[in-house]
Amino acid sequence: MSTKQQNAGKTALNFLRNNTVPLMFIIICAVCIPISGFSPSYLLNEIITRLGRNAFLILSLLIPIMAGMGLNFGMTLGAMAGEMALIFVSDWQIWGIPGVVLAMIVSIPFSVILGLICGKILNMAKGREMITSYIISFFINGIYQLIVLYLMGSVIPIAHGSIKLPRGYGIRNTVSLLNMRQCIDNLLAIRIGGVKIPALTLLIIALMCLLIVWFRRTKLGQDMRAVGQDMQVARDAGINVERTRIISIVISTVLAGFGMILYLQNIGNLSTYSAHSQVGMFCIAALLVGGASVDRASIGNVFLGVTLFHLMFIVAPQAGAKITGDSMIGEYFRVFVSYGVITLALIMYEMKKRRQKASIGEQLALAQKEEEQHE
Amino acid sequence: MKEKMASFVASFGLPRLIITGFLLALFILAPIVGVDLPMQITNVINRFSWNAILVLAMVPMVHSGCGLNFGLPLGIISGLLGATMSLEFGFTGPMSFIMAVVISTPFALVLGMGYGALLNRIKGGEMMIATYVGFSSVSFMCMMWLLLPYHKADMVWGLAGKGLRTTISLEGYYDKVLSNFLQINIGKVSIPVGALLLFALLAFAMWAFLHTKTGTAMTAVGSNATFAKAAGIKVDKIRMLSVVMSTWLAAIGILVYEQGFGFIQLYMAPFYMALPAVSAILIGGASVNKATIMNVILGTFLFQGIVTMTPTVMNSVIHTDMSEVIRVIASNGMILYALTRRSEVTR
Amino acid sequence: MSEKTPLLEMKNIRKDFFGNQVLTDINLTLQEGEVLGLVGENGAGKSTLMKILFGMDVIRDTGGYEGDILLNGQKVDFKTPFEALAAGIGMVHQEFSLIPGFTATENILLNREPKKKSVVSEIFGERLDVLNRKEMTAKSDAAIRKMGVQIDGNMVIHDMPVGHKQFTEIARELSKDQLKLLILDEPTAVLTEKEAEALLDSIRGMSAQGIAVIFITHRLQEILDVCDKVVIMRDGYVVEDVPSGETNITEITRKMVGRAVDTAAATDIRNNPDAPIAMSIRKLWVDMPGETVRNVSLDVREGEILGIGGLAGQGKLGIPNGIMGLYDAGGEVTLRGKKVPLNSPRECLNASMAFVSEDRRGVGLLLDETLEWNIAFPAMQIQNKFLKNYLGGLVKWRDEKAIHDVTQRYIDELAIKCTSSKQKAKELSGGNQQKVCLAKAFALEPGFLFVSEPTRGIDVGAKSLVLNALKKFNRESGVTIVMISSELEELRQTCDRIAIVSGGRVAGILPASESAEQFGLLMVSQVK
Repeated sequence: MSTKQQNAGKTALNFLRNNTVPLMFIIICAVCIPISGFSPSYLLNEIITRLGRNAFLILSLLIPIMAGMGLNFGMTLGAMAGEMALIFVSDWQIWGIPGVVLAMIVSIPFSVILGLICGKILNMAKGREMITSYIISFFINGIYQLIVLYLMGSVIPIAHGSIKLPRGYGIRNTVSLLNMRQCIDNLLAIRIGGVKIPALTLLIIALMCLLIVWFRRTKLGQDMRAVGQDMQVARDAGINVERTRIISIVISTVLAGFGMILYLQNIGNLSTYSAHSQVGMFCIAALLVGGASVDRASIGNVFLGVTLFHLMFIVAPQAGAKITGDSMIGEYFRVFVSYGVITLALIMYEMKKRRQKASIGEQLALAQKEEEQHE
Repeated sequence: MKEKMASFVASFGLPRLIITGFLLALFILAPIVGVDLPMQITNVINRFSWNAILVLAMVPMVHSGCGLNFGLPLGIISGLLGATMSLEFGFTGPMSFIMAVVISTPFALVLGMGYGALLNRIKGGEMMIATYVGFSSVSFMCMMWLLLPYHKADMVWGLAGKGLRTTISLEGYYDKVLSNFLQINIGKVSIPVGALLLFALLAFAMWAFLHTKTGTAMTAVGSNATFAKAAGIKVDKIRMLSVVMSTWLAAIGILVYEQGFGFIQLYMAPFYMALPAVSAILIGGASVNKATIMNVILGTFLFQGIVTMTPTVMNSVIHTDMSEVIRVIASNGMILYALTRRSEVTR
Repeated sequence: MSEKTPLLEMKNIRKDFFGNQVLTDINLTLQEGEVLGLVGENGAGKSTLMKILFGMDVIRDTGGYEGDILLNGQKVDFKTPFEALAAGIGMVHQEFSLIPGFTATENILLNREPKKKSVVSEIFGERLDVLNRKEMTAKSDAAIRKMGVQIDGNMVIHDMPVGHKQFTEIARELSKDQLKLLILDEPTAVLTEKEAEALLDSIRGMSAQGIAVIFITHRLQEILDVCDKVVIMRDGYVVEDVPSGETNITEITRKMVGRAVDTAAATDIRNNPDAPIAMSIRKLWVDMPGETVRNVSLDVREGEILGIGGLAGQGKLGIPNGIMGLYDAGGEVTLRGKKVPLNSPRECLNASMAFVSEDRRGVGLLLDETLEWNIAFPAMQIQNKFLKNYLGGLVKWRDEKAIHDVTQRYIDELAIKCTSSKQKAKELSGGNQQKVCLAKAFALEPGFLFVSEPTRGIDVGAKSLVLNALKKFNRESGVTIVMISSELEELRQTCDRIAIVSGGRVAGILPASESAEQFGLLMVSQVK
């Protein structure tokens, strides 16, 4: 075998290894779509809706990955900040696009504070950022419940009765956002053959992508990449490692807050105590499905991920029902796949780290062998 | 004196101190606000007997340096498989409990070995991956509960005649078999001696194991894996053993929990079961790489004490039930505290 | 030479680490564009001196230094390396300090990137300036040109051969406009011959452009090739400061290793060429980071103490670590005619070998456990000592009393200072920790013992105690010992024969009675 062929084989193998997850999903979707029996235009419509709904949230994960802090399970914090902002805005009865914009502005201080806390804690737990950020999301969820369920209406003034629990304080389980439902999606929406394209939302997402591209080219972006790859070297070069890491988490949290507001204006109501609980998991799974890994993620991964993951999400229950006669199977299947994907990605990341270490010895043995042949 | 206090706080940990103080306050407050204390004590003891083995399951993996076993649901699934199969095969009464233990054991061993082999290949990233192995296996089993050929009428959905129910009553099977065994009643306080005995037996076995040659090796692996390797210990094998032990204890733990609770809970129920066990052992004074039987006993007691006492006492004091929120904040705060201790990161 | 103010003047520099004098009255001058070769054994004080010059944190954390440093006639006292950098001093360390996923250009200008201002950065601060890639390329190309070596600025570091990484580091220093003095700490250690040649050329180039260079290396020929003058350090003193034209390799070596009072080798050296071979090592390679071993063949005779010496990073530590299975290794090792399987610590210990590691805290001790555990553990695991058998051997219970007794015995025998045998290992001083490590090996009652750096980081009194204990163990129990140490003097006092390792290979084996100079020559020799 010529070396060229060998190299080609190696490249193909590497390609397979690096893209196992997206390829697996393409196969799952390819099998499930015909079985589910959905029309292409329905699927297209759904995908575009979900792209508009989720892409912004997922984009918020990119910056901590760049800074070497792994998958930010703490993005839930941003989601909670966004929800609190929406609660206030609905209490003030400011609706439509002004409401959305105001909610975004109000969410910023919450996000910044939560991001600072999260970043500080993560700096104390270097090397185990992911499990820590995961537990932080639970911890802050407790604080969130304390505020929203007990302090709002009793300590924090909430004027409007419609969002309060009957007992006089605490927020209801669902807060209706009907008056701002899809206000951004519908503005400038284009319809092409039954497919609704929420142009403004997509434009906002596109702007966000541009912002991220620009951010990568700034000094701060460069510093984050350096910190992400080697904290010690970055520190020796005079970069303030701790501060840079905190900034990356704060940015991620703020963006997640915006993303959550965009997400909820599409849905049209806010499940006060559960909306954020799964959002981190689904966004991370989607990003990984798009071919990202714990230490590498691009904008392309986001869009491929949203498309494949949600395609699977739409068709799996139907396909599962057709195959087994039980619609719950498909529901559970997609939950399983979401967790499975994250598990797989985490395992591959850790194993890759070990593989790199193991190869040095082989090189040494090889060099000695060559030397002996020369003698 | 002041210094002594400071060093005591430092070694005991502020969060732990707050939690202990909180529980003490609850006990003092209880009679004042008119809560039925004997009943509360019965509750705490009972819940202790249900949960203690699940907390004990944390010990081997902490000792071998695999960290906190966030993958506890995997062991719980083995237990659930044993429980449902024991019922399906027609065992009843105490026999159904014994058979549940017998049947779940091979599952726990096989799953534990697979899980152990995986953890050996990803040293350093155990805790995060364990969490997600737990999640994936729970969601995988959700499908299996529907698909596996269970047929017993009081376990499956009535209409379809197949697919297990989300909760299965254990009445007539092993509901309270251990709790009622040798139960002692002192005044209004009743003590589930059988369940406590089983825990005592397992805890003693664990204590004894840690005093044997292999147990010593396990502690050494957790204390300094390179030292153990240099002393000729097969580190991977010891780690694997600890994972299998932990998984099996989790299987037994869930069965004991079920007999106390009276129901088998399937589907998403095992999902978050690792977190209470993890925070309980941490509250008991364990850290990411050190844990003793005493930590288990103390931690389970403190944790379950707070879980049972807060709702009633708080309700009587401020007429709202904030217990859930307090539990979430306290238990996750404790885990966060343990994860951010610097000394444990560097070893 | 002109009489203008020298670029750098170091006057009467003194430094002690907690009462341990490591530098005494160091005087140095360096002119603009001059290349100074700094040589000396490990521990002679070279790196401490450079750390002082570079304002490293360790110096201040350990009480600062005495004496004056003058730069262009101005007294300076750098609080941090950044101040030293700003004053025009650059340093290339032995370990690479590069971001693996960045290109050479990005690394060369790390945290000093040229930037473009924008509206956003005016508001949110300069960290949001966009990088000026064009100017970055131009600047890094200029720095690379200054060096006179071809490297591709767009190449990512982890795809580069080692030599290019080294050049990237140097280019980073050269890209600093204010650079007047460059410190190169063993830059050629990782380079191939060709690359080293190129580096020497670029040093000449820098010197021609007026940049002074302090060049630290163990390859003495390079010093003679490129330096204007040679400064030799030994035991914290400058023992020679001479133009390189007026000296030669033998002279330098003699000054490096020769003591003022040449402590003689031990008098009880036994050299028995007829003794049977205890261990034979053939074609051993070991992948131990920083201590790589290549193709080593060595015989250890029955009953002797064989020393293995050499400079740091040359591979002497890799030999025991590889044989005992702690690092990936290949080749063939036989002990008394029986093959020892590599990469398996268990098999080595079963074959009655024992190892006292140089890494006490990382490998040698269970810091969080008691002395009893530390001392008894390997013997318990390997030889089933200190165990009580129950149920016909099914349960092997720790025999706390036997463990206590053996620990107490070694505490007495080796005079280990501790509050009790239940004290935690981390609470002991370095010397006592080392004794615990020895006790751990002795408790195995080995037939063959590797001891690696037995006196590293312990004080003088403890040193001789440890060395005497080793010698006694060898002479009384007849156990063959291989002792690895960077201190030639202690090898000469303790061992019968000494092998010197250089560049991962054995440079030669001599009886301990040979003169220090002979060993020194072996240490700096380049084995191919």
